Amino acid sequence: MRSPVLALYVAAVYAFLHLPLLILGVFSFNSSKFTHWEGFSLHWYRVALGDRALMESAWNSLLIAGFATLLSTVIGTMAAYAMWKRAAPWLTSSLYISLVTPEIVTGVSLLALFQIVFQVLRLQLGMHTVVLAHVSFCLVYVVMVVLARLRTIDGSCEEAAQDLGATPFEAFWHVTLPMLKPGIVAAALLAFTTSLDDYVITSLVAGVDSETLPMIIYGMARRGVNPAVNAISTLIVVGLGTLIVISQRLEQKA
Amino acid sequence: MSFRMSLRRLFLMPASLVTVLLFLVPLAIVLAYSVMTRGPYGGQGAPWTLENYQRFFDPLYGEILLRSFWIALETTVLCLVLGFPLAWFIARSGTRRQLYLQLVMLPFWTSFLVRTYAWVFLLRDTGLFNTILMGAGITSAPLPLLYNHGAVLLGLVYCSLPLAVLPIYSTLERLDYSLVEAAADLGARPFVTFRDVVIPVSAPGLRAAAFLVFIPALGTYLTSDLLGGGSTILIGNLVQNQFTTARDWPFGAAASLILMVIVLVGMKLATRKGEELM
Repeated sequence: MRSPVLALYVAAVYAFLHLPLLILGVFSFNSSKFTHWEGFSLHWYRVALGDRALMESAWNSLLIAGFATLLSTVIGTMAAYAMWKRAAPWLTSSLYISLVTPEIVTGVSLLALFQIVFQVLRLQLGMHTVVLAHVSFCLVYVVMVVLARLRTIDGSCEEAAQDLGATPFEAFWHVTLPMLKPGIVAAALLAFTTSLDDYVITSLVAGVDSETLPMIIYGMARRGVNPAVNAISTLIVVGLGTLIVISQRLEQKA
Repeated sequence: MSFRMSLRRLFLMPASLVTVLLFLVPLAIVLAYSVMTRGPYGGQGAPWTLENYQRFFDPLYGEILLRSFWIALETTVLCLVLGFPLAWFIARSGTRRQLYLQLVMLPFWTSFLVRTYAWVFLLRDTGLFNTILMGAGITSAPLPLLYNHGAVLLGLVYCSLPLAVLPIYSTLERLDYSLVEAAADLGARPFVTFRDVVIPVSAPGLRAAAFLVFIPALGTYLTSDLLGGGSTILIGNLVQNQFTTARDWPFGAAASLILMVIVLVGMKLATRKGEELM
């Protein structure tokens, strides 16, 4: 059944999927500013890591992703638990629609909301608006991952705990939550990577003091040749890739 | 029992609040803006009007809508055609399935922005392809590989292909292979087996794949901006432009609402009754 034509085709598709990133990674070690290979060098990594705007934006991104992950994981886990034994059709449909809403629409509608709120409260766009926006789009991922994990768990353990005198909250806290832990960690990692990578929504709701790493990279990519972008991109892919592999391992183990 | 209920309600509350305040209310605001008139200095207000929607009958904007539809359709067809054999291969590769599947999904989960940027690096005038072509003496001047329809399509297919492979794979994985063998034993040619056995069985996966690819492609902003560079304006770019540089929020809102309606119709078409959403 395994025809050589199919195997060749599959190899070509895998090359198509992976080569662009691999080539980018290789050229991030090129000593030349141009696309001719001149020799191995860490020059562009030094340039990227020494660039203040780049490093500040990386710090902003980590901070935003940290807060957004924490909030969306707690809120999403609670929601998934509530939706486990009895459906919440209204919330489920809303979350599902938010999942399929084009990012640009999510972005401009949040911008419109913040603009109205700011007319009442004297606030401005900044880190807080970015964090709120990220919580809103990360939530559905957390709910999906945690709910999937909950569906593999035996609900009668919790009922047994309650029969033995535990309150519903104690049963959740001491019985179900520990069993959920790998799912929650996987959900948090997914939220973190999604938040870290977002450009479209972030660029609309960020203020002057809250430029994120994707925003800086985007600006550099539009302006043209800058091998420092190759270096920082390689770091991002390796970093996020590692997190993703960890999260998938956790999901499989559970 | 009543306490159990209240715990459930308590646990639902934060997520409901976030969904209402940060998703549904903002959408309602956009809906309201879409029937308002743009003020002389930006901003929006009375009188109420449908003019923002009518502008899409103007050939200039109608064309943007059609182009978005067309490129999303091209992306979907390419992803299904390219993804199906790959999904088939993975589904039939025994114990290595998980590994092969992860190799497809890994670039997908890393970074959308970096993956798109990688193509800028490869395709631009001073990029790798042109450097190689000129170095080998095949062309004397750089080929215009970037900033055109083809580049945007390439970027969309590159980024969406994993989204097509995953649902097709999950239906093919459950395909009872003896059906294929039975059809072959009964004398069906491979193409007939494919058309009458494999395709009907994998239809739900193909439908899901088409939806997952078509919708983000239709609303794309980043890919068309970075790889199309202003030459390929799609509806996502129109929305972004109206809310930033052009400052015509009512028109941008109308464009957003049109996008949303298409998404919801697509969602209705892609999910059959009884299929669980989550």
